[in-house]
Amino acid sequence: MANGGAGVKALAPVLVVLAVITVLWYGATVWLNAQWVYDQAARDGVQVSFADLIPATMAQSRPVLPAPHQVAAEFSKMVFETRVTSPRSLVFHSWVTLSGTLLGFGLGMALGVILAVGIVYNRAMDMSVMPWAIASQMVPIVALAPMLAVVLSQLGLGPAVSKAFVASYLTFFPVVVGMVKGLRSPDPMQLDLLRTYNAGSSAAFWKLRLPASVKFLFASSKVAIAAALVGTIVAELNQPTGLGARLLSGSYNGQTAMIWATLFVAAMMAGALVLLIEVGERITLRRMGMQP
Amino acid sequence: MIWIAVSFVGWLAAWRLNVFLANSALPQRGVLVPAIFGLAVLMVWQGIVWGADTSRVILPAPSEIAAAIGGNPGLLWADFVQTVLKGALSGFLIGCSAGFLAAIIMDRSAFLQAGFMPVAKFISAMPIVGIAPIMVMWFGFGWQSKAAVIVVMVFFPVLVNTVAGLAAADRMQRDLMATFSATYAQTLIKLRLPAAMPFVFNGLKIATTLALIGAIVAEFFGSPTVGMGFRITAEVGRLGLDMVWAEIAVAALAGSAFYGLVALIEARVTFWHPSQRT
Repeated sequence: MANGGAGVKALAPVLVVLAVITVLWYGATVWLNAQWVYDQAARDGVQVSFADLIPATMAQSRPVLPAPHQVAAEFSKMVFETRVTSPRSLVFHSWVTLSGTLLGFGLGMALGVILAVGIVYNRAMDMSVMPWAIASQMVPIVALAPMLAVVLSQLGLGPAVSKAFVASYLTFFPVVVGMVKGLRSPDPMQLDLLRTYNAGSSAAFWKLRLPASVKFLFASSKVAIAAALVGTIVAELNQPTGLGARLLSGSYNGQTAMIWATLFVAAMMAGALVLLIEVGERITLRRMGMQP
Repeated sequence: MIWIAVSFVGWLAAWRLNVFLANSALPQRGVLVPAIFGLAVLMVWQGIVWGADTSRVILPAPSEIAAAIGGNPGLLWADFVQTVLKGALSGFLIGCSAGFLAAIIMDRSAFLQAGFMPVAKFISAMPIVGIAPIMVMWFGFGWQSKAAVIVVMVFFPVLVNTVAGLAAADRMQRDLMATFSATYAQTLIKLRLPAAMPFVFNGLKIATTLALIGAIVAEFFGSPTVGMGFRITAEVGRLGLDMVWAEIAVAALAGSAFYGLVALIEARVTFWHPSQRT
């Protein structure tokens, strides 16, 4: 998007698709919520015309599918019109989720990088750990979240720890895979060159392998942070606060508009986190001279 | 205390053996080394539980988990059928076919691609498991709601990867097909789909893990009294941690088998690809 014209051209189809999705959504709202209106009318013994039906499907308090404007209203009510410290505010719950995600992501990154360095420098570790790291991702860890909460509370650790554990478990794998690839990405010629300079293995690590792996690390981080957010939200399902807790309470109380509003907040958070990493990547690579 | 000491000595011995094996030229070392590592971890786990006399509520020993698996084969099988075969597999098949077909349709229209792909990429980074409560409301507590969650979860990775794959056949090859006066369908079936397969399988492999996660998490929002997610929640409530771990072991095994199956099919289909040649 070097100039504005190209940007608009790329944006137009996206806007059209989004508009079509919105129209389909409104259509689905009428279709899915109509049954309730008919039931209600049958109970009152009145006939509903099609003209009455449409507004009636969009003004229910517990619709099967809330209309986009209902979700937007719920969103603005819980984000802008509620005090930030109140447990009804989505900002409050978002903060709980965000801090859990970032803590888990940080831990997972640290663990992943350390493991990757070990794997690259130690053959036995490579052969022992790598297959299990891959197998570890076959364990649906999010399913462990409720158990972890019980176990960790027995050990006297708070709910934040179980969230961080799940998030870091999901983070470490993409980081390990990406970092191992990155640390091994310098080609033999470059390693030989360093050897001709009589550089030791620590110099080769800091001056060649680590800088070469930065690109891979950022690519993995984008996958990892999205996974960390999912892990945190699922871990929050049996906790009092956080977006996951809101989803579950919305589900128990049939407050569909709240579920959708919470989902949108989660989606925006995921988008913002990935974008943040992308910006960080661009700045870092530019300062390292790897990107114009 | 003695058990902890024994297990750590055993750990060190296993590690020395692994270092030796890893640097040897034994042809089976690719299997032996990870197997020994896994056994060593189980041994240390068992040693710590016996030695420190850990509460069963915190960490059951591997032997107890094995006993739980051996003692409840019928229950575990019923949960497996409900969650994996009914929920995960049907959702996986529907979602992957839908994603695949959508990609082929999208491939025909540059406008759709330009409009839908950024949206699809955005959605595929989203925490889609969050729609589980909505799907449970719409489709009820049975396996259908789990399948619906999985359909949405796997649709986007398969779509994004297939669209990328359909662009993989290069210009020269397509020109060659054109000189043979091949129709669109012929080019698609004989050139572009085979060339797309490594990408498609990449998407399918991502989808296998997502499918299992989706099936289990969706059960947390409501399920009949059978299923792996249900069993985990119920047993956590009764502090029956050995049963929870047994369920997790089954889930891990099912996940690995599922992934292995997809990888096996991939090796058959994309035998020509450099990553499959050894």
